[in-house]
Amino acid sequence: MTAAGLIFSNIHDESLPELTRLRTMASVPFGGRYRLIDFALSNMVNSGISKIGIITHYNYQSLLDHIGTGKDWDLARRSGGIKILPPFITAYDAKGPGSLYTTRLEAMLGVMNFITRSTEDVLVLSDCDTICNIDIHDVISRHEETGADLTVVTKKIDNCGTLSSRHSVVTVDENDRLIDIAGYTPDMTGEVEVFTNIMVINRRYLVGVLMDAAAHGYSSFFKDILSRDIGKANYRAYRFDGFYSIISSLPGYFDCSMKLLDNDVRHALFGVEDRPIYTKVRNSAPTAYRNGSTVKNSIIADGCVIEGEVENCVLFRGVRIGRGSKVTNSILMQDTCVGQNVTLNCVVTDKNAVIRDERMLSGHSSMPFFIGKGLMV
Amino acid sequence: MFKKKECVAMLLAGGQGSRLYVLTSRLAKPAVSFGGKYRIIDFPLSNCVNSGIDTVGVLTQYQPLLLNDYIGNGLPWDLDRTFGGVKILPPYQGRDGADWYRGTANAIYQNMQFIDRYDPDYVIVLSGDHIYKMDYSAMLAFHKRRGADCTIAVIDVPLEEASRFGIMSTRDDGSIWKFSEKPKNPDSTKASMGIYIFNKKKLFSYLEADEKDPQSSNDFGKNVIPAMLAAGEKMFAYPFVGYWKDVGTIASLWEANMDMLGEHPELQLNDDKWRIYSRHEACAPHFIGKEGMVSNSSVTEGCEIYGEVRGSVLGPGVRVMPGARVIDSVIMSDVTVCEGAEIRYSIIDSEVTVGKNARVGADRGDGVGIAVIGAGVRVADNEQIAPGAMLDPD
Repeated sequence: MTAAGLIFSNIHDESLPELTRLRTMASVPFGGRYRLIDFALSNMVNSGISKIGIITHYNYQSLLDHIGTGKDWDLARRSGGIKILPPFITAYDAKGPGSLYTTRLEAMLGVMNFITRSTEDVLVLSDCDTICNIDIHDVISRHEETGADLTVVTKKIDNCGTLSSRHSVVTVDENDRLIDIAGYTPDMTGEVEVFTNIMVINRRYLVGVLMDAAAHGYSSFFKDILSRDIGKANYRAYRFDGFYSIISSLPGYFDCSMKLLDNDVRHALFGVEDRPIYTKVRNSAPTAYRNGSTVKNSIIADGCVIEGEVENCVLFRGVRIGRGSKVTNSILMQDTCVGQNVTLNCVVTDKNAVIRDERMLSGHSSMPFFIGKGLMV
Repeated sequence: MFKKKECVAMLLAGGQGSRLYVLTSRLAKPAVSFGGKYRIIDFPLSNCVNSGIDTVGVLTQYQPLLLNDYIGNGLPWDLDRTFGGVKILPPYQGRDGADWYRGTANAIYQNMQFIDRYDPDYVIVLSGDHIYKMDYSAMLAFHKRRGADCTIAVIDVPLEEASRFGIMSTRDDGSIWKFSEKPKNPDSTKASMGIYIFNKKKLFSYLEADEKDPQSSNDFGKNVIPAMLAAGEKMFAYPFVGYWKDVGTIASLWEANMDMLGEHPELQLNDDKWRIYSRHEACAPHFIGKEGMVSNSSVTEGCEIYGEVRGSVLGPGVRVMPGARVIDSVIMSDVTVCEGAEIRYSIIDSEVTVGKNARVGADRGDGVGIAVIGAGVRVADNEQIAPGAMLDPD
């Protein structure tokens, strides 16, 4: 089966307002050198998909800057490759001309051209809030075997205390048929199976339901289409058993970043044979550790200069830690500059933040202290 | 489609680099790893791009496979161009027979057609065995300003070392009146850096003349430059100030790597205005474990450090296991240093495994040589590798 990809770059922005104020969810920095979209893109590329549409909505300058021509993902192609799909106001738009889409369904109606002009058998749809390294090729194979119209990738979570209303919970029968999909509610307990926001759908089937949705003025892909069709169409679930995380808040982002310090988690994401996670190449020099630096249990990207003490941290490219400074349990994004004799604990800095000498800042893991892009403390 | 390039670079990358011994047994010297994530050729290639020279012919001959693969279509250096870009130029079979490159001048001679496709006014000849950051466009501006036929970049070296280099003796205006290859009693400290800018027409006429001379060894330093000087062509020395190091020996390769370390590194690669580009695999950022200890070192993507690293330069994907120590050493890509192993004052080539509790090399000191382990070697558990030893993969 041939496949093309479709990535939703803005959906779920509102769950991480601190980091998406100036960018899309897709371009939220993660893991020292990545952006969240790198997982969706790399998973697709590693499964042999070489035509990927990226639906954008607003604030997408940083995303365009990150993607460039797509060559870092080997997607600078004459045929296929990366197609950025900016907002396109259509006649389907129920709210009249000039208004942007607000739902996944409207977003897809806006890119009908991409969907109808593709020749691939299936489309792989993915959001950008999901962090995992998954063999999508295997999902497509299962999709083909079961003759499904739609296969959703699911993940069993044994403690639903970590979920929020942004998660969708699915019910699946013994034959992996999807019986129900609904938003998470706090009364759910014990083990639940959640939808990972990754799915494989037959392209012709999708075109059919989109046409139908346009004709009837539907607005929600899940409520108006999936829930309605769930008994009639062939919907399947594919259970993913690797590491998976959905970013749904700043503390969630913080928690997921800290999980990377666990060797098993890090290797499950970045150490999978033949399935590397690609990102924009920045050509930073290697990181320089100066005399007297102490670094423990941390992830450090290239281009950093470290003179002080760092423990349980994620440092992005080009971060500087001055002499006498002690940084613990923190995430410092690209080109953050920490002066001398600074103490940081549970701090998240956005790009280009500057923390001057002698400052002392602390948050808590449940509520990290956030310093916005380019701010100076 | 007819376009013209003002200046074309010809990069001599065919050298074997025999004084690097096992490090060049399977690859050409320009492809030797440097500074963790780079290869030597990244320096002249990045200098070209940063200087606005977008047409580079890379002359290869010795063990070119890895180099060809590495350069590929030139994408990492932004040299994947529709017209120009980087081109690999191996020796080829012509109408009048086939020939290896017999010398540096002959290598350029055999590729005069390549140069002519771009109809350049100037040709810059570079070599692939130096580590330096240099703006060739400033040198070209100097060349044009002086109305020179040939400009040779020179660097000031200490008088006692001058006899190791090709030395230029110049007049007050910078024009060269004498060139002496490795003189016993140098009368100048201006050493040739092996970087030449020629007016294309002049270069071609001298290359043709040199080719007709059966006595010539077809070398720039030995034949072409002396011939031009003898004929009274306008030749100038362009003084370069900055970091420059020939990495043709084990000792100088080690030293140049170490120049990246210290409080104020002599070789500053963390430079947004003059980035050195390289081709590398997608690796995660490096990880330092709870017991890891890193000081005065350079560490790059894909490394995992659970042991101790001091005064060392690590390439991508190096793993230093708990209790292992790496001191004063250069470790190239994908090396594993197992539990309890110690490496001191050594150069370890890529994909080497150093077994548990093995000992490689000894502390730096008088009369202690650098231990060198070739690519892919497996050092057994508890094995001792003497300082100065050299282990070949075969």
